[in-house]
Amino acid sequence: MQVPNRWTDYKLEQIIGNLLRAGVVLSALVVLAGGMMYLIQHGSEAADYRTFHEPAAQLRSIAGTVGEAIKLHSDGIMQLGLLLLILTPIARVVFSALGFSMEGDRMYVGITLVVLAVLVFSLTAAK
Amino acid sequence: MTILTFTLLLWLVSALTGFLGALTGLGGGVLLVPVLTLLFGVDIHYAIGATVVSVIATSSGAAAAYVKEGFTNIRIGMFLEIATTVGAVLGALLLTRVSTGFVGIVFGLMLLFSAYASWQSPPDVPPLAKPDKLSLSLKLNGTYPTPQGEQPYQVYRVTTGFGLMALAGALSGLLGIGSGAMKVLAMDQGMRIPFKVSTTTSNFMIGVTAAATAGIYLKRGYIVPGLAMPVMLGVLMGSMLGARALMKMHTRILRIVFSVIIGVMALEMIYNAMTGRI
Repeated sequence: MQVPNRWTDYKLEQIIGNLLRAGVVLSALVVLAGGMMYLIQHGSEAADYRTFHEPAAQLRSIAGTVGEAIKLHSDGIMQLGLLLLILTPIARVVFSALGFSMEGDRMYVGITLVVLAVLVFSLTAAK
Repeated sequence: MTILTFTLLLWLVSALTGFLGALTGLGGGVLLVPVLTLLFGVDIHYAIGATVVSVIATSSGAAAAYVKEGFTNIRIGMFLEIATTVGAVLGALLLTRVSTGFVGIVFGLMLLFSAYASWQSPPDVPPLAKPDKLSLSLKLNGTYPTPQGEQPYQVYRVTTGFGLMALAGALSGLLGIGSGAMKVLAMDQGMRIPFKVSTTTSNFMIGVTAAATAGIYLKRGYIVPGLAMPVMLGVLMGSMLGARALMKMHTRILRIVFSVIIGVMALEMIYNAMTGRI
């Protein structure tokens, strides 16, 4: 049996910790920026949250959200921030796979890739 | 009411919810959905969508600190995430195919379970005599820091834990919450993992589980930016303040008061769901 290498495990933990923090901070800032724009543009309109309507079709896909954000629509920027947030744990899984492969732990590279496959399926195909 | 007033109100209430969620160890998600649906009258699908992104934010923020402290067992987390993500995808697909009344009832039951779990103090779990071959071959056994130095621990009943995690994942996907209480139960009661390792590893897994859910919600149109924006920012701030306050406070009485309130919310949610008001 192979003994897990403490040093690289430790290093992987540090990288993952920094990655998660950076992802949360970045996405919160993007959501905040979009939110400010949204309130400046629409803040004085009447709120109608009881009969919430579905978001526009563009905001229901990755490509569409990026497109709306590039056009500087406040909805698109907020949704882009939320999308970055959803991608943060997924990026963590990608980094874990890289980390395990650098440790030479093929079993855990395999386990991590299975999780990644489920996440990609959820983000793209599943509906 | 204008959008500005409503957004600020949502932000404030979400911050309070996140604060109490962190203080009581319940997490923000399980409280947020009843608050949004019962208090603000938000459609349950949109409430669940706003909750799932808030859950990713708070769990990732907290996990960043725990991982660096060395409590989190990345291998246990990674292995069990197979179960939670598959469960979450199935749960999220189920959500799009069942009535809101059904979701309301399951949610109410989950709230009751959370109230019960928070009422109980973490019990000491004695290690089992029979070691698990699977935990050896999967390299799940590890060590964690204690005042007396690194303490080794064994992991037991891996298949039971895996099964419970799939269930926790499915509830996550169906309800948009982190199911932290159930994940911890599976790990410390089921797999006999030390409590501190169970809670931090559970938190580590919540972000990935919620991401598996959120991908499907996004495409179904459950994530509404105008609603999710104040909710996510509020919960994130509130839970950060709550985690800080937790270190200075005795929360035993607060937890008891709180589990009663959650019990009442659970019954109201089930009643509303049964009478067709959700």
